[in-house]
Amino acid sequence: MSDVAERVKKIVIEHLGVDADKVVDNANFIEDLGADSLDTVELVMAFEEEFSVEIPDDAAETIVTVGDAVRFLDKATAAS
Amino acid sequence: MRRVVVTGLGMVSPLACGVEETWKLLLAGESGAGPIQGFQTDDLACRIAMQVPRGDGTNGTFNPDHWMEPKEQRKVDDFILFAVTAATQALADANWKPTTYQDQIETGVIFGSGIGGLGGIYEQGIVLKEKGPRRVSPFFVTGRIINLTSGYISIQHQLKGPNHAVVTACSSGTHAIGDAARLIAFGDAEVMVAGGAESAVNRLGIAGFAACRALSTDFNDRPKEASRPFDRDRDGFVMGEGAGAVVLEEYEHAKARGAKIYAEVVGYGMSGDAYHITAPMESGDGAFRAMQAAIKRAGITAEDIDYINAHGTSTPLGDEIELNTVQRLMGEGSKVSMSSTKSAIGHLLGAAGAVEAVFSILALRDQIAPPTLNLHNPPASMQIDLVPLEARKRDIEFVLSNSFGFGGTNACLILTHAH
Repeated sequence: MSDVAERVKKIVIEHLGVDADKVVDNANFIEDLGADSLDTVELVMAFEEEFSVEIPDDAAETIVTVGDAVRFLDKATAAS
Repeated sequence: MRRVVVTGLGMVSPLACGVEETWKLLLAGESGAGPIQGFQTDDLACRIAMQVPRGDGTNGTFNPDHWMEPKEQRKVDDFILFAVTAATQALADANWKPTTYQDQIETGVIFGSGIGGLGGIYEQGIVLKEKGPRRVSPFFVTGRIINLTSGYISIQHQLKGPNHAVVTACSSGTHAIGDAARLIAFGDAEVMVAGGAESAVNRLGIAGFAACRALSTDFNDRPKEASRPFDRDRDGFVMGEGAGAVVLEEYEHAKARGAKIYAEVVGYGMSGDAYHITAPMESGDGAFRAMQAAIKRAGITAEDIDYINAHGTSTPLGDEIELNTVQRLMGEGSKVSMSSTKSAIGHLLGAAGAVEAVFSILALRDQIAPPTLNLHNPPASMQIDLVPLEARKRDIEFVLSNSFGFGGTNACLILTHAH
């Protein structure tokens, strides 16, 4: 697992209070991990903080699974 | 008017987590005071407080994980956590778990808090300044506003009746219980969870109350002696934290389900001083009228009252005015006992009235007046028993609990055995 994926997973576990084995690539934050809309706002904020990137609202709306977050952040951190 | 009784009690206090755990230590004369833990105090005028003892949940310690999921705890200030804890205990004590839709819509919540999430407001203010608005938490608002005590309690226990909150400084807990009792009396609900919660022991809270000269500052090296209501050497209150809760229920509803009945709420009186933002009136007029209104509502006379849980915060002005006002109300030769349990748990601000109502109910149940600690030199004007230093067994039929708040807001409750 990439460094980005590890860090994303850690944030998701911490913020949503879920078991590590549930945080898989295709896990949907709301449907599979029990998040509500405010939790996802906070998650995106935590990703921004951890990776020192800015995630605009329209991009944030496309991040609905763990894999979406990893792919977005992989790209964003590679670009910077 | 429908009768309202108390069928459940809950509490997390600076002495312990739990009603019986706290009551036992209170009667034993223990104090919850100590040097403030958890933040920098060296530059504060007051460096002591009464904080909830945290631990693994054994020996009366408070383990947050037993009451709220860690994921939710992160989103709220401690006053909401304390409120949920006390309310959950009270509902369990009342053995009231509404599962049908009908029971759920007939059960409501009124909780109070004086200050709300001051700690979180302080922290997020710093985030805003240092990191900008995009870093302010989406849970900043919901974890700080006062009615989210009632909100969280209702969500956790599926209580779909009236959902309300009270913000009247140090009278909040008393107003919450009194107002909840009225909602039941008027038929808006059959059961209400009512109480108060506070968690203002943080740098901003201590600095703020010290700035308005309300806190004790002479006893930083002797914290357990600092809260000394009515004593000659008192110099301000010691801040406490926690929550108290009661389950109130319509009398026939409680009887029909065979509930254990602690007491009946028979009197509730309120008034405003219209005088000063922090100082009580010299004449005690507002406090006098609130007590008088509660007595009238209860259909008794002042002489019928056996025990008074005083507001008694340990401030120089407030205690003396309350004592004189009570003595004026009770008349000469009164047999009443009045104590301030703030001597043991500090001033829980918006939670004080709720916690003290619970103590008043237990005084009634066990026929014992809890003590006023550190009262070595009572005022010369004293004519009544202030229960100095040690708890006292005595006959108790009617109890009065007093709360007076900043802004000049007064509230009093009278409880008695339900016959």
